[in-house]
Amino acid sequence: MRNLLAAKPLFELAHAGRRGCTFPASDVPERSIEALVPKSQISASLPELPELAEPDVIRHFVNLSTLNMSVDTHFYPLGSCTMKYNPKRHERLARLPGLVDLHPYQVDEAAQGMLAILFEMQEMLAEISGLPAVSLHPAAGAQGELTALLVAAAYFRDKGQHRTKVLFPASAHGTNPASAALAGFECVQLKGSAHGLVDLEELNAHLDETAAVFMITNPNTLGLFEPEIGRIARIMHDVGGLVYIDGANMNAILGITRPGDFGGDMMHFNVHKTFTGPHGAGGPGAGPIAVRDFLADYLPAPVVARRGGASDKPAYRLTVPSKSIGRMRTFFGNVGILLRGYLYLRTLGAEGLKAVSENAVLNANYLMTRLSDVLPTPHGKRCMHEFVASARAVQKERGISAMDIAKRLLDYGFHAPTVYFPLVVPEAMMMEPTETESKETLDAFADAIHKIVAEDPKFLHEAPHSTLVSRPDDVQAARKPILKWEPSAS
Amino acid sequence: MDLNALKYAKSHEWISAQGQTATVGITDFAVHQLTDLVHIELPRIGRTVRQGEAFGEVESVKAVSDLYSPAAGEIVAVNDALADDLAVLSDDPFGKGWMIKLKLADPSLPGLLDRAAYEALCADESEHA
Amino acid sequence: MTYLFNTPDQRREMLQAVGAQSIDELFDQVPADCRLSRALELPSPLTEMELEREVSVLAGRNVAGGKRVCLMGGGVYDHFIPAAVDEVVSRGEFYTAYTPYQAEASQGSLQAFFEYQSLVCRLTGMDISNASMYEGGTSVSEAAFMAMRVTGRHDKVVVLGSVNPEYREVLRSYLSNLKCELVVLPTPEGTAQLADVKKALDDKTACLVFQHPNFFGCLEEPEELARLARSVGALSIVAFDPISLGLLRRPGDYGADVAVAEGQSLGIPMQYGGPFLGIFTCREKFVRKMPGRLVGRTTDRIGRPCYVLTLQAREQHIRREKATSNICTNQGLLALRATAYLSLVGPQGLKEAAELCCRKAHYAAERLTSIPGVKLAFDRPFFKEFTLRCTGGAEAILLKARQAGFDLGPSLSRFGTAIGDSLKDAVLVAVTEKRTKREIDDLAAALGG
Repeated sequence: MRNLLAAKPLFELAHAGRRGCTFPASDVPERSIEALVPKSQISASLPELPELAEPDVIRHFVNLSTLNMSVDTHFYPLGSCTMKYNPKRHERLARLPGLVDLHPYQVDEAAQGMLAILFEMQEMLAEISGLPAVSLHPAAGAQGELTALLVAAAYFRDKGQHRTKVLFPASAHGTNPASAALAGFECVQLKGSAHGLVDLEELNAHLDETAAVFMITNPNTLGLFEPEIGRIARIMHDVGGLVYIDGANMNAILGITRPGDFGGDMMHFNVHKTFTGPHGAGGPGAGPIAVRDFLADYLPAPVVARRGGASDKPAYRLTVPSKSIGRMRTFFGNVGILLRGYLYLRTLGAEGLKAVSENAVLNANYLMTRLSDVLPTPHGKRCMHEFVASARAVQKERGISAMDIAKRLLDYGFHAPTVYFPLVVPEAMMMEPTETESKETLDAFADAIHKIVAEDPKFLHEAPHSTLVSRPDDVQAARKPILKWEPSAS
Repeated sequence: MDLNALKYAKSHEWISAQGQTATVGITDFAVHQLTDLVHIELPRIGRTVRQGEAFGEVESVKAVSDLYSPAAGEIVAVNDALADDLAVLSDDPFGKGWMIKLKLADPSLPGLLDRAAYEALCADESEHA
Repeated sequence: MTYLFNTPDQRREMLQAVGAQSIDELFDQVPADCRLSRALELPSPLTEMELEREVSVLAGRNVAGGKRVCLMGGGVYDHFIPAAVDEVVSRGEFYTAYTPYQAEASQGSLQAFFEYQSLVCRLTGMDISNASMYEGGTSVSEAAFMAMRVTGRHDKVVVLGSVNPEYREVLRSYLSNLKCELVVLPTPEGTAQLADVKKALDDKTACLVFQHPNFFGCLEEPEELARLARSVGALSIVAFDPISLGLLRRPGDYGADVAVAEGQSLGIPMQYGGPFLGIFTCREKFVRKMPGRLVGRTTDRIGRPCYVLTLQAREQHIRREKATSNICTNQGLLALRATAYLSLVGPQGLKEAAELCCRKAHYAAERLTSIPGVKLAFDRPFFKEFTLRCTGGAEAILLKARQAGFDLGPSLSRFGTAIGDSLKDAVLVAVTEKRTKREIDDLAAALGG
């Protein structure tokens, strides 16, 4: 049972004089603070924080947590997000003393266990990607993109080439153009083919000696493997450019095919997707990149190296690649998330990892088939790990939109799929069931959708009906934004 | 406002010339397409724009659209009232919803559509939406 | 095969429904010449018991977990984390949820992020806060990019040499393929020389970036620096220490335009450098130029108050190449940690923590500088961290401390040219509320004080 009293805004639960944490009295010789810090620097008043007791805080946040849907509680088939189960062993082991409390400036010889883990993670990602040089540094997938593009820029600068354009298909994630623009490149968006794939003619038409990088997600955002990926890479390489693989959809191809084998020169992994991060309600992620050998010297610092041969020196150390682009963030990387990815890979091994993709693809194809009568998928007879169905028919016939179905699914106890992305499919519903769902769950979900499309459209427009709040007024929120709690607003 | 006296850009801006200066806004068709506008960015007075250059942008909850100048010239006035109340733009796009005034580089307003051509364009876009 | 559900029978049934003979057939769309014809070469799979044994051994090879007393600083600190913070973020409903795009199914995370934004505004005295960024260094870079958008000046960014060298390196990388000049103003006295700052700023400058307390631990003159930036129409960007705000004046009080921070001190473990929390706050008038996610309060269809991600048109998934940043995550779980931490410590607790850090750091500085050959690098007021110069060399004192069971540092030579040769004999020492008089006395004794 929800306790809505405890879920009131934090500030309204506060009471003057309450404490949630106290610190020991000072044990060093007493001196007035004014004797240590100039009075002009000292705040005249206490911080304006709410006063709460520990039980207030626990009850508040535990009750708030129950207002969420999550992988631990619900089927969450959000396309392009890979909402798979997050193994509990990761949470325990990532918090082991020695890992969780290790200072990032600890000297290498006193961090050998951590460096061994990170080195092995680099090696495993190189093997999975087919690209030999790995940096674990980027904080998330989008930062991985930016990092790789700056690596490419440094490489071209070094070769004396002035390449200014980054190309990507119209169906690309928004991070691709945003990263390219941030990295100082001109963005060229390519129209896709009628089959939802890269159009080779369109690509050719935009290629010249100023083309730096072609960014492509493969499998693409329609859940289709680009059949011409080999040719695409050759075309790009022929003009001296590089191919970047957005690794968002790696869950489809683990142990089946590798970006390095189909022509990619650089890629990022989303550890929080493919290797069970977890997602943390929006982060943290980790976005390691893997690149071909000729780009290795440009990787951001630091990377972990292993000393060869017999030596009394510690085996692992942090190094800076010779032509490194420098740092993209402070410290080594999002180690807490990388650790979880490492634990996942060590649990599964090669065979287990391949089984992940096989079952992810089977689950997606099964769900696509179960829904094909009411929500057909316009592109492709088969899909990879996800598919993009369209609610256009049911919208035309009954006035039921993708949004209506998505919202009503919440009432049935399922998280909604991604809707209205990619834009190339009208009334798009992008579904990614992942491998960690059972046939029973997929059947129940498909049954729910069949029931929903037969419901009263008016009733659906007002869905969800069972959640604590219904559809929020986005327009009001954006016109006059209220971004913090104020006493008067309550 | 006599809509037949205005000129139109394919990107759905209208322009009304009064001698050397002209008033610019977006059409009711554009306002309708954009749905639920939440914010507008308009330029500073004194900036010069080329024909077809973006002079600002309008935002709805889930989209952003550039505003393109139908003519070249210098911006001599900006309708600051829009920032406070975008309802004006929805209610009266050809009147109180004006956006900028230009000192025209070429008062003959070349390369624009008349009302009939613009209406045909809108009909065509509605069909393919 | 640990996390799969479907039995061989079910897989057969599913394949039949799909109309495929085998799972392999489902991969037909992957061209044969792209297929990997061998198994991946990865370590053999481990059961949970084996994994725990192996990882525990590796964890044991690191010096942490109380094996040595931590007085290390440089941007990451060994502050106390109340148990209740860990408990809050252990809720699966929080950590296994996605970005709260579906507001009706995500009110818990949305409200928590709204509370985070509210707490950070109150802590800093700033108008608005986003729902967090990667960490402190990228927050600085994002702030500089926002300053360029706000001022329309894309040619020059000025940053003080007393700003964390890693923040400066990140900024340099972010600017590396752009035309913007990055001016680093040396601070040989440990803090800014106002006359130098004034000279470096002009009407082409987008922003002045400073840190307070700065990388060396010293207190800058933030009000003067903010004023100098304002006088040329540039934005002032301060990187602050959240714990220091239990004692020091807030960025909003001294007129900062943008205040960013590494939020690790707020209940986040050190975990070898991340994930951490990038705090980002600014003036209200910049709201539509801000990077990162924002949660707003609104009402639902029937007028009930609720929370929603808002002003999304700034972000990459809508504005694409014109977005205010490429960032697509926030540090949700770490923002939740900070929210729980600030709720628990409250005003009195934060003041206590800040004063304890300050008192103990000054006691430690006094004891350590009584050692022959060891002195403070700068004659400037400091908060919880200070820079020591050691005539015997930085490595020697660090080693001696390690042998006695203490971690100090980092040594400033670690940062190479970003700090420069003049401080190659210097080390940082940070003292948090967790350190005791006994530990400090023992350290001083071991080092010969």
